[in-house]
Amino acid sequence: MAKRILQIIDAPYRCTIEEQDDPAIWITHAMKGAGGEFGVLLRASAVNYAVKGQDASGLSFGDRKQTQPMRVEHELARLMEKDVAVYVVEEDVKERGLSSGDLLPGVRSVTRAGVARLFGEFDGVWHW
Amino acid sequence: MSEKKKITVSIMDGPFENARTVTALRLIDIAARRGYDITVFAYEGAVSLAFVKQTAHANAVHGRDAAEEDHPLPREWIAALLQTATANGGSIDWINCGLCVDERGMSEAIPGTRRGSPADLLKAAEAADGTLIIGTR
Repeated sequence: MAKRILQIIDAPYRCTIEEQDDPAIWITHAMKGAGGEFGVLLRASAVNYAVKGQDASGLSFGDRKQTQPMRVEHELARLMEKDVAVYVVEEDVKERGLSSGDLLPGVRSVTRAGVARLFGEFDGVWHW
Repeated sequence: MSEKKKITVSIMDGPFENARTVTALRLIDIAARRGYDITVFAYEGAVSLAFVKQTAHANAVHGRDAAEEDHPLPREWIAALLQTATANGGSIDWINCGLCVDERGMSEAIPGTRRGSPADLLKAAEAADGTLIIGTR
């Protein structure tokens, strides 16, 4: 039985231009494919990863255009399709003027007070 | 007497940038001195920690030549950690994320380290008593 790991992401959009993905989300996909069991908790500014309708396309340096920009909501949706639960901290969503209607379907809200309880559902907590 | 500990550490930052990497290496040093079996997964920029071509340099501001300056090189720290672990009956399996290596052209790593994948991190974490993730901020 694989250990269940909760991946916490709170520093979004860091190196996502070069990587065309978020490294913590990417590695969750990779390790899920290797047989791991994961959940993802988005907190602080990273709750924005769960917002629908993001478009990171259009970047170019001179004539060098980026053709495969990050599609973070797509990657989160793919994780949920693989039975990886994606959580957002409810207060962090509200503080940024967002509501549950702005978020991808299937994303689960957890209150700050509920985070510790969520930790208890996992064997390990990895803070990226 | 408790049985020998296994720990896994993932580092994400490159060298010469911030204190997190040095702190991680200090923690690994303590574990190595205790004879733990340690897996280190160098992810993203951290693959350059073991890059073999890191070179010390003189420092004109300090008024010192290269020998006097004795500039710290993470590759030398890692080599020392590998030796410390072995000398104390433990081990360090230092894994450089292969795709991260390719992105950065960092394929030349010091002996005693190896190329791997996220599956290796998962495998090590499954077997470990504890796993510490040190992400970039």
